[in-house]
Amino acid sequence: MSEATAAAHEDHHEMSFWAKYVFSTDHKMIAKQYLFTGLAMALVGGFFAYCFRMQLAFPGMDVPLYGIVSAGEYNALVTNHGTIMIFWVAMPVLIAAFGNFLIPLMLGCDDMVFPRVNRLSFQLFFLSTIVLLAAFFVPGGAFGGAWTAYPPLSAKAEYSLTPIGSSMWLVAVALEFVAFLLGGINFITTTMNARAQGMKAFDIPVVVWMIVMASIIFMLSVGPLVAGAIMLLFDQLLGTGFYDPGRGGDPVLWQHMFWFFGHPEVYVVLLPALGITLEVMSVFARKKPFGLRIIIYSAMGVGVLSFVVWAHHQFISGIDPRMANIFTITTLLISVPVAEMIFLFMATLYRGSITLSTPMLWALAFVAEFMIGGVTGIYLGDNASDIYFHDSYFVLAHFHYTFFPISIIAVFAGLTFWYPKMFGKMMNETLGKIHFWGTVIPFNLIFIPLFVLGIGGQHRRIFNYQHFTDLSSASFQDLRVFATIAMLVLLGFQFVFIYNYLVSMKKGPAAGKNPWRSNTLEWTTESPPPHGNFGGVFPTVYRGPYEYSVPDRESDYWPQDLPD
Amino acid sequence: MRPIATSRTSAGMATGQLAVWWVVASEIVIFGGLLAAYIEYRMSHVEWAGYAAHTNVWAGGFNTFVLLTSSLAAVLAHQAAESGNGRKAAKLLGLTIVGALVFLTVKAFEWTAEIQAGYTISSNGFWAFYYTAAGIHAAHVIAGAIIMGFVARDALAGRELHRVELIGIYWHFVDIVWIFLFPLLYIAK
Repeated sequence: MSEATAAAHEDHHEMSFWAKYVFSTDHKMIAKQYLFTGLAMALVGGFFAYCFRMQLAFPGMDVPLYGIVSAGEYNALVTNHGTIMIFWVAMPVLIAAFGNFLIPLMLGCDDMVFPRVNRLSFQLFFLSTIVLLAAFFVPGGAFGGAWTAYPPLSAKAEYSLTPIGSSMWLVAVALEFVAFLLGGINFITTTMNARAQGMKAFDIPVVVWMIVMASIIFMLSVGPLVAGAIMLLFDQLLGTGFYDPGRGGDPVLWQHMFWFFGHPEVYVVLLPALGITLEVMSVFARKKPFGLRIIIYSAMGVGVLSFVVWAHHQFISGIDPRMANIFTITTLLISVPVAEMIFLFMATLYRGSITLSTPMLWALAFVAEFMIGGVTGIYLGDNASDIYFHDSYFVLAHFHYTFFPISIIAVFAGLTFWYPKMFGKMMNETLGKIHFWGTVIPFNLIFIPLFVLGIGGQHRRIFNYQHFTDLSSASFQDLRVFATIAMLVLLGFQFVFIYNYLVSMKKGPAAGKNPWRSNTLEWTTESPPPHGNFGGVFPTVYRGPYEYSVPDRESDYWPQDLPD
Repeated sequence: MRPIATSRTSAGMATGQLAVWWVVASEIVIFGGLLAAYIEYRMSHVEWAGYAAHTNVWAGGFNTFVLLTSSLAAVLAHQAAESGNGRKAAKLLGLTIVGALVFLTVKAFEWTAEIQAGYTISSNGFWAFYYTAAGIHAAHVIAGAIIMGFVARDALAGRELHRVELIGIYWHFVDIVWIFLFPLLYIAK
């Protein structure tokens, strides 16, 4: 059976509600399942942040919609805010949702190579979500030992006071890892094997490159932590002493296993964010990305280097100072390819014909805000200055300046950019811009005060600063209140987005196939794409994905599948 | 129905093969992390050599022989599947499953004896690693044997013969992990 006839057979059968929405093997539906689970979890994570920020600004307050935050609950809220935002928002949205939606469409094929494995991946992920949230309702409550789960706090119930919550947290995280390993294998094999005819390596859109590289980095870094998580679970449940120094174990071993994964994880989410941003910039500057191959090679370099920087998280954990020096050097080294990519992004804008649409605003904001995160990282990567900054709000503000641009700003760039393809409708631009400014300005107003507090010596993981005379001065407290109010403003503006996102599905103007006049293959099919994606005739690729403003051509774009 | 995507081969290699190799890659880092941790602990704890002396090298050695032989059967099954002989492939896979069952049975007797002698997972660091590493490996043996049962059932009916090779790749990997575990846990004194 040829490819065309096989595909024609595909789209002629009615499906029940369950088959279509719950047990679907269609990559677009799985992408939406991941997307909506991830966005719902973003609301949960945001709500947690609201609860503990209110407690920090107004200690002992009866927080509206929550109540009084106890010390134990505070720990559980902070821990799960971090866990959720990284593992249940950044990962499922940036990698799983965009990866599932874009990879088969951008490669010109009908689905992932293993659709049932793909479905299993989402089912495991959904199960992990339930386990994570259910921990809030067990005796002792949810785990509160920070998202890094350092033993002995995580290993011993008499320290954590969450005998069941700690194990549920571990099981949820382990299930989530399995889900992403299954998804990642699908992404990698689909991209390696299922490309459209004529699509060579550098004809693959950069966002697919980035998601696949991220999947490989994830796969190669998570292994030791899977083993480490089993060992920690045995320490919790079977009474082993892997991390107990009193019984020949070593708690620093967990830190090595955690950060051997944890630091590459930063790049696992950064690379797809860079890919999304570059797609958007190229389309709205009507220019080929400057140094496209260099960007891809640099991303590979970042991927390799990301495996040898992990111990910069452990400078004050009692590791050998000579080792700290080595990790300082590698850490500062990794900023070179990242900075270089940022310069190439800027060069892409140079002399382009720029349209400041909502997705483009998000893309530009990503570059600007992420740079602040990158530059403040230099102080923390240096082992001498890190001794002062470690575990302060400076660290907290730094990684929010990396993770917020990655998992919120770049996600909004992608959501608004591919919305027309996903739902066949256009979003409202005015509401989009109101939401943009209402998010980006308060974001800076939250975290710049936290940098100031951190430099001033404010330690992390403190439930009530009134207990510490040095940290409870009026000037410090004013900054905390200011940051909390900025956060309330930010959260408030998200309702503009939710309204725009949902109402546009019904009332937005029809998008047509290619509203942004873009080149990549997903824009050559209907919006939203039908089951089987290309209506039976699969595209052939003749050129790279970014042939914009080519001299001597009438049209300023040149789709990948046009023969001439 | 299978999507078109599955039958494409842009990389010049069957999709199933490609995927199994990536599975193996992801497993290597799991066992790699575990064994690296074990070796590091072992080097800083001389007394573990004394605990390791209580393991049963003969049982471990016999199991190594069983597992390697079962891998031979998996290779012969692949050869049979290549030549289109599904029945023979299924029989040989059955032999591999028997190997897996013998391995697990020996393991069960070994562990029972050790636990009765008082060496449990919570006794000390060595035994914790011993049971954890061998336990994770045994879980892989069980998973492999179950999957092999499904592949053999299909092969018997002449279906999905390419999967015989895929489960074979996985089985060799499980085998190689044991080849690392056996000297590290049993022999090194």
